[in-house]
Amino acid sequence: MGLPESLLQFGEELRSEGVAVGTSALLDAFAALNEVPWTEPEDFRETLAATLAKSQDDRRVFELVFDRFFFRAAELAAVREGVREDGGVEIAGDELDLEALRAQIAQALREGNEGQMRDLARLAIAAFGRQGEGSGVIGVDVQRIRRALGLRAEPQPDLPAADPRREGLPRDGIRRFEALLRRELERAQIERTEQLPPSRPLNELDRALPSGPLQDLAAVHRVVAQLKRRLKTQGQEQRGRKRRAAVDMRRTMRASLEYGGVPVVIKTKPVRPRRPEIYVLCDVSTSVTSASVFFLSVLHALHDAFRKMRSFVFIERISEVTDVFVKERDFRAVSEAIARDAGVADISGYTDYGRVWQEFQTLVEDDLHPRATIIVLGDARTNGRDPRADLFAHVAAKAGRTFWLNPEPRLYWNYGDSVISAYEEHCQAFECWTTQQLEDFVKALTRPT
Amino acid sequence: MAAPPASVQEVSEGLREVGYLPGESTALVSYLAARLGKPVLVEGPAGVGKTELAKALARYLDRRLVRLQCYEGLDEAKALYEWNYRKQLLRIQAEAEGIGWQEVQDDIFGSEFLLERPLMTAIASPEPVVLLIDEIDKTDQEFEAMLLEVLSDFQISIPELGRIEATTHPIVLLTSNNTRELTEALKRRCLYLWLDYPELEHELAIVKLHSPDLSDSVARKLVELVAMVRELDLKKPPSIAESIDWARALLLLGAEDIDQQTFTETLSIIVKHRTDLDVVTERVGVRLGSPLGTS
Repeated sequence: MGLPESLLQFGEELRSEGVAVGTSALLDAFAALNEVPWTEPEDFRETLAATLAKSQDDRRVFELVFDRFFFRAAELAAVREGVREDGGVEIAGDELDLEALRAQIAQALREGNEGQMRDLARLAIAAFGRQGEGSGVIGVDVQRIRRALGLRAEPQPDLPAADPRREGLPRDGIRRFEALLRRELERAQIERTEQLPPSRPLNELDRALPSGPLQDLAAVHRVVAQLKRRLKTQGQEQRGRKRRAAVDMRRTMRASLEYGGVPVVIKTKPVRPRRPEIYVLCDVSTSVTSASVFFLSVLHALHDAFRKMRSFVFIERISEVTDVFVKERDFRAVSEAIARDAGVADISGYTDYGRVWQEFQTLVEDDLHPRATIIVLGDARTNGRDPRADLFAHVAAKAGRTFWLNPEPRLYWNYGDSVISAYEEHCQAFECWTTQQLEDFVKALTRPT
Repeated sequence: MAAPPASVQEVSEGLREVGYLPGESTALVSYLAARLGKPVLVEGPAGVGKTELAKALARYLDRRLVRLQCYEGLDEAKALYEWNYRKQLLRIQAEAEGIGWQEVQDDIFGSEFLLERPLMTAIASPEPVVLLIDEIDKTDQEFEAMLLEVLSDFQISIPELGRIEATTHPIVLLTSNNTRELTEALKRRCLYLWLDYPELEHELAIVKLHSPDLSDSVARKLVELVAMVRELDLKKPPSIAESIDWARALLLLGAEDIDQQTFTETLSIIVKHRTDLDVVTERVGVRLGSPLGTS
């Protein structure tokens, strides 16, 4: 298979991951490759990136696909040509000194030495892969080896002082090492079976909202900052473009007096952005915490777009947290404060929607009016308790608009103990598990009427 | 006019000579832009040298820089061309009598009465230029659509005059702060370059280039501090431009070392919001007394 076919296939793979690669982009890539020596891997990669990936998100996907694709292509070619890697790692004797290996790997992780890490990854596979010959699922093997090596990001104070693992290892170092392990295991598998395993689609989580504490907080911050900027400019843009305008009869008539009653100048009603009054209720039970806090911080970052905003968090009980967000700007501090002070977990720590509606009703019933907007963020999993959709309907009827944001993909709705269909009759439900969906929702919320 | 560059290396060195330190991808994409004649869409946070790149390219290639600053409500009359109607009126009045409409019409729609705006200038110029369309994300989609014709064919149709085609191929750079998603059609026609805050060493080199008299230790510490400030959640993180300003200021003040006092006094150079100031003094200022301050 020549380079053109390979590149076309690469384009295909990018498309399958959702990057819009047009024929013209591919043509550009070919034209650009004419101008660049492709013997330099960096230049080759940058050239393709400049012509194929046209946004920062695309670029991230591009990096992942590029690594996967060209690694696999090279392996396939090696198998076809009958090239095998020899030399490399042979275990001298029966037993490797496991403790020394552990320490060595930890050291390499700290220093971030890529080449050394790669060699050590092979050594680790050779050492640990033997015991039981692997499970056949690469992901499982990777985690097994990582655990056997005792590589953790948290400090492990019970280890001896000289051990580099004691202080905890850099998180992205571990991630890189895992990637290397995965790659080496894949290589071994390809060599063994002499064919390519089916390619794994990219992990959706790479693009989804933060769902666990492990997700990088810095990434979240970047997303929020971006979102703020976009939403700020968005209002202006819509005000500037008055396509449909309603005629203001009163002012038009008034203006017509100047021309003896002929309406020469048509006056229109000004377009004003909607500034809703917002009540946000967020589930903060473990399954959806991060998404909730993230969503709350986004809304609070935009609080000047709303006339008034009150936020509540709930698990078994409900509690108002508006003040927390007024005082704290830091995302991390906010989540800590909520976990500490809100006092929403009672006994079991499982969400109790029935009780939450009841308490919410007593709290705000008198304040609700048709111009208020209620937003609920939760997975609608009642853990077998009574959903009390009647109470929810009552609250929703009092408010003007009610939205439900579900951080689960629509596929999982109404499976297991999810009762979203009971609530969906009384509100508009959105799925909201990527930043894009969240952004679309916030836009819809602030769109002028 | 300089010949088109022959290799990425050459571009990289050339840009260096005119005082711009390009990253690897920057040099490569600039090279491709010069060779393929495709516009480049440059995105990145404010102040990482997007506009500066265009200026440096112009200096390096010895071309004139034509700049179109975009803003909301920018229209064709401001970007492409406009008829100089005052002059046209004068012309008509000057020989009001005795000349037929036909002749006057032929006369007043000539290039003499045309006011060239940046896009037109770039295309009609006899020497190749570097065209910088700055902050394209500020305009609306209608303008973007108009730009497509210019960018794909490098020609402008004027109903009264006919088509004006580019005699030479300009290098086009579009910059965007990513406040709005640009249309697919526009992105498709461009090469894409993402400029981010540079690595520590790279930024150090940039700072040294702009204020060579600053001592090594101060420069290094300055860059480390700026990197630290960027880590915080600020409204406006300091950009390269601010690092350079800060370096110059320190040089003027004759600072030997950045201690807590100098830091708080000159902080306003890199941080430009009141709330940000508080955050930075609280988080970074305190640490200056610690081992990092003495290194």
